[in-house]
Amino acid sequence: MAEAAKMQVSDEIAIQITGMNKWYGQFHVLRDINMTVQRGERIVICGPSGSGKSTLIRCINRLEEHQQGQIVVDGTELTNDLKNIDKVRSEVGMVFQHFNLFPHLTILENLTLAPIWVRKVPKREAEETAMYFLSKVKIPEQAHKYPGQLSGGQQQRVAIARSLCMKPRIMLFDEPTSALDPEMIKEVLDTMIQLAQEGMTMLCVTHEMGFAQAVANRVIFMDQGQIVEQNEPKEFFNNPKSERTKLFLSQILGH
Amino acid sequence: MAIEFSRKDMLPPLPPPVSERGAVKWARENLFSTPLNIALTVLGVLVILWLVKSALPWWLNSVWNASSLSECRAIVEASAGAGATGACWAMLRVWWSGFIFGFYPSAEWWRPILSLGLLFAALSPALFAGQKRNLTIVIAGAALFLVVALYLAETPATAFVLSMVLILGLLALAQVAPAKLLWFTLIYPALMLWLLWGGSVWLPIVGMAGFGVLYFVFRLASPFIGLAPAAGLGVVAAALWWLYIDVPVVNQLQGLLPFGIPSIDSDEFGGFLLATVIGVTAITFSLPIGILLALGRQSDMLIVKTLSVGFIEFIRGVPLITLLFTASLLLQYFLPPGTNFDIILRVIILVTFFAAAYLAEVIRGGLAALPRGQYEAADALGLDYWRAQRLIILPQALKISIPAIVSTFIGLFKDTTLVGLIGLYEPLKGITQLVRADTNWKGIYWEPYIFVGVIFFVICFGMSRYSMYLERKLKTDHR
Repeated sequence: MAEAAKMQVSDEIAIQITGMNKWYGQFHVLRDINMTVQRGERIVICGPSGSGKSTLIRCINRLEEHQQGQIVVDGTELTNDLKNIDKVRSEVGMVFQHFNLFPHLTILENLTLAPIWVRKVPKREAEETAMYFLSKVKIPEQAHKYPGQLSGGQQQRVAIARSLCMKPRIMLFDEPTSALDPEMIKEVLDTMIQLAQEGMTMLCVTHEMGFAQAVANRVIFMDQGQIVEQNEPKEFFNNPKSERTKLFLSQILGH
Repeated sequence: MAIEFSRKDMLPPLPPPVSERGAVKWARENLFSTPLNIALTVLGVLVILWLVKSALPWWLNSVWNASSLSECRAIVEASAGAGATGACWAMLRVWWSGFIFGFYPSAEWWRPILSLGLLFAALSPALFAGQKRNLTIVIAGAALFLVVALYLAETPATAFVLSMVLILGLLALAQVAPAKLLWFTLIYPALMLWLLWGGSVWLPIVGMAGFGVLYFVFRLASPFIGLAPAAGLGVVAAALWWLYIDVPVVNQLQGLLPFGIPSIDSDEFGGFLLATVIGVTAITFSLPIGILLALGRQSDMLIVKTLSVGFIEFIRGVPLITLLFTASLLLQYFLPPGTNFDIILRVIILVTFFAAAYLAEVIRGGLAALPRGQYEAADALGLDYWRAQRLIILPQALKISIPAIVSTFIGLFKDTTLVGLIGLYEPLKGITQLVRADTNWKGIYWEPYIFVGVIFFVICFGMSRYSMYLERKLKTDHR
């Protein structure tokens, strides 16, 4: 499966990050990040907590601001220009650790809100799209419930569907399974694997190494705000180069 | 030791023992659980008995027909024996209109009555958005009230017919297109001002046109200079319209087509009419201003933030009485010479600011209670600031703040009695004092205050129940 997926990667550049630095006050969170993401690539980012991996992908849709360097998403450079930011955000979907569904709206309203108000899609069309994606994440019957009535796994699948309704070209996942019970992790990962097989450009911050081995065509390991090592999953797991990576892998795969 | 166990037959459910259910259980747990509680229960019962014993005869001996307090007392003593006390509600037969309308001329009572009836029709789309059944109940209730009250107030035939056409039209609109009712809500303030103060029919129309000017300038300018400056320019244009163009245009139109109703001066307002006009207007306008202030206080823009914080802290730091004195004495000095700003209008503006400052802090609490993830999810979907606020943030923040918002509203409504201190005849102090100064009723004490208190209670209790209904309706977390 990984072989077949690799063939879909095109030469077109989806995200280009050059010499990017970010500070929280005095604290240097991201240090000289350089990375290029091709369209159709599926990248897993891992690393110990506090290594800056979440901050990195949150910079890509500017939930966090970077202070130095350049981030170009889909040909649009992220600057203080609000128009560019909104353009990038509507092209980039994001799935959060804690789902962040809107509790005062039904599932269907959660899914149609952004298409209707940002993309100006007619309501009926937006609802059809929403039902299509709900079927895809296998919970069309929950459309008229509120988020509070769903299990964690269902909520996270709704969150994925909500992002897909904007027809994004890039999807960012920020530890999508970390807040879930073990039984629900699989249903969310299945949805993500399905998405990967369809050729979506994905950046996932996750510790699900099985997922990384199954669908990623690149694994990036970060520590102390820097990219320490990146490689194809097979090489990365079987033959890590840096000592820090070896230590990290021995700790998360050790039992 | 054997630890093996397996059940052969399942137990049927049984009712709990008598001492563990119903009133017996409740009384045992809440009234007689410890010696101290038993003592307190006995003491409480004794206090209640004493209160009833001393107050009940006063209520039972109530007199409804008398022309003065001394006549009242004579009637009570004649029926219940010398030294007996009794309430003298006969005072209300003479003074009820003072409590309700102040000195508003009785020939024009239909105007405040119509305003009140239409108020419910105007509020209903905001209170029960889209719920046809509730809309119908409220508007039909208002229509029924209008039929009876307008008839009793001896409304002129033309006004009666026009009022009926209007309210029945609104009732029909609620059936066909409930969403369109919001338009009536928007024009209601101007309609109410005109009905209550009277004058040329062109006053409210040209006044409302100021908002048209605001919108027009905003639409024209916003593509060139951005939303916020365009809004500011619109406000300036509207202010200029009201200050310099409004009056001549009204005079011209009035010369061409002279329609109108008699003008009523602000010093003829009084009683609950005054309290309601101040309360309802201030409540309506303080909520949007409070929301904007709360958002402004959270803004990243230094000037907006500083102005909001300054406004909130200044207004909250000053007692309402001070603001009311400002309204009655100082405000004139800050206005362009020649403008005579109505005293009630000045009071409304300052009471609105006062309530808005409190609401801003209440709403800020609601905003702070939302998890950061809600803001981030809205951002990540590409919603801009105002849409994110309107669709995601405010609905949740306001829902959290409902109890506190309604408390502020109730407080505001009761605070309208403070306008008595600047010489307006509000019901609690102003009108009551007049009653007690009336030679016929000199010495009456409890009755007017009880009457006013009951009406205040009914209105405030109504607001409180509505807020509980709203909380239940908006509860979607299913926790």
